[in-house]
Amino acid sequence: MSITLRYALQRGDFGLDVDLKIPVHGITGVFGESGSGKTTLLRCMAGLERPAIGRLVIGSDVWQDQSKNVMRPVHKREIGYVFQEPRLFRHLNVRRNLDYGWRRRNGRSDASGFDHIVTLLGLDRLLHRMPEALSGGEAQRVAIARALLCAPRVVLMDEPLAALDRARKDEILPFLDRLHAELSLPIIYVSHNIEEMCRLCDHLVVIENGQILANEDLQSALVRMDLPILSGDEAGSVIYATVKDYDADYELTRFGFSGGELLLPGQFGEVAADARLRIRASDISLCRDRPEHSTILNILPAVVEELQGGRSPSILLRLRIGTDRLIARITRRSRDELNLQPGDTVLAQIKAVAVRNTARGGV
Amino acid sequence: MTAAMPESGLFNFPGAGPLWLSIQLAATTMVLLIAIGTPLGWWLARTSSRWKSVVQAVVALPIVLPPTVLGFYLLIVLGPNGTIGSWWVTLTGEALTFSFSGLVIASCLYSLPFAVQPLQGAFEALDRRDLEAAWTLGASRVDAFFTIAVPQSARGYLSAVVLSFAHTLGEFGVVLMVGGNIPGETRVISIEIYDQVESLNYAAAHQLSAILLVFAFLVLFSMFVVNRRWERT
Repeated sequence: MSITLRYALQRGDFGLDVDLKIPVHGITGVFGESGSGKTTLLRCMAGLERPAIGRLVIGSDVWQDQSKNVMRPVHKREIGYVFQEPRLFRHLNVRRNLDYGWRRRNGRSDASGFDHIVTLLGLDRLLHRMPEALSGGEAQRVAIARALLCAPRVVLMDEPLAALDRARKDEILPFLDRLHAELSLPIIYVSHNIEEMCRLCDHLVVIENGQILANEDLQSALVRMDLPILSGDEAGSVIYATVKDYDADYELTRFGFSGGELLLPGQFGEVAADARLRIRASDISLCRDRPEHSTILNILPAVVEELQGGRSPSILLRLRIGTDRLIARITRRSRDELNLQPGDTVLAQIKAVAVRNTARGGV
Repeated sequence: MTAAMPESGLFNFPGAGPLWLSIQLAATTMVLLIAIGTPLGWWLARTSSRWKSVVQAVVALPIVLPPTVLGFYLLIVLGPNGTIGSWWVTLTGEALTFSFSGLVIASCLYSLPFAVQPLQGAFEALDRRDLEAAWTLGASRVDAFFTIAVPQSARGYLSAVVLSFAHTLGEFGVVLMVGGNIPGETRVISIEIYDQVESLNYAAAHQLSAILLVFAFLVLFSMFVVNRRWERT
């Protein structure tokens, strides 16, 4: 089972031309700058862009194929659409907003049920409020629940956090983690925020000027180094790890992954909990010999796989540690002084790691 | 065509018959105008057709035309030799002019802008994004129209209902031209007042005028009160 889509749309000097096959499990991130066509792509899938010519197949159902005269109208597509702004109906209270899609789900069986979704998004105490009495974060949570309650086969999220400030984002992200962990629904998540992508997505589609530049699993997309949009200041990689133990005295958690162990400050989940770790390229430095006295706790042997050429002052290089791949940013001068070549064994000093538990039950 | 007047005490005064006829005319016209004004207002609010300005101007004509001009043309068109009138005669065997049905048609035209303009304004103020959200939640276009667009245009509907009703209640010139002065059929309250004044029966004219004045004030006043309350919520 997969979702295949092909769309062509010309509007002024912007053209969308995509041909994609994406998995129906987990969260697929569609990543690109504003104006790259991400939102248009989602709107095409929802049937909201009428002039778009293309083909959309969900599993074995053809939702759109103009060459065969198939064009399902928006309301017949089993989608849950979360827009950038909540778009709650202002004349209905929260409960009746949620009911709107729930009552129109056409008796499609829904394992999770109304109360489950309401609890999952923490809305129990908001049901009788009117939309204007909700905070931005609450309103967006209602919008997410409303989209899930129409029993969709695929959820489309168009930068659901973009209009919120840092605190509101942090309020909603744990709920999205829970969706990811508890629902088996495929979610297509559009964003231009690499942090959100690294936290939520399993699969990454990179789009630029209406063209697809990458379509692969998150980890391998992040270490490609040939995509400018993923090679800027925010460049980094993601590894999956397991909690091994917790040192209560120094308050350090030990994580195990394919390349060894990482000691990180703070307590993260129970022993054996799965976690997703994000390591920015600029937080890794390299040395040839093991430093005798270092304040850096995590120093792991790695093999240099590939180095960026070019004349820029700093370059990216890809390391293999165990079966995982990391990218690191070093200066061109360091590359030359250490004479780094593909195949070299080096020691990677990892200065900082962002941890996110993917285990059930939250952070 | 017209319903019997209630026998009760409320309508037991001279001039009650014309008042009751006016209320029936205004109510019928109002219902028809909401039915006509909804699709027309929706179309005007959304279209980019070059016919939009033409249609808008035609709809607004009754505001500026003297009722006698409108009434004169209607008399010709609705008369037994007119295009609509002759068709109506073959259909029903009765003439449209000087009948209650003729008055309803005339009133619909005369009050058309008072229904269409508030509805058009309300539909223009709707957020299209709400409709898109409703479609994605499984609502068809018609479903979303009645469950999202109509409730969110409640103020426009209130204005359209009140204004088309009240405006029809107060019409005089058009009625005189196409309806004449037939008791129980076309003698509405404004005609009755005119008759009473003509026959120097000032007491009856006073009474009916006062009723109409108070009624019109109360209707408009309650509309503005309700509107203000909705504005606040």
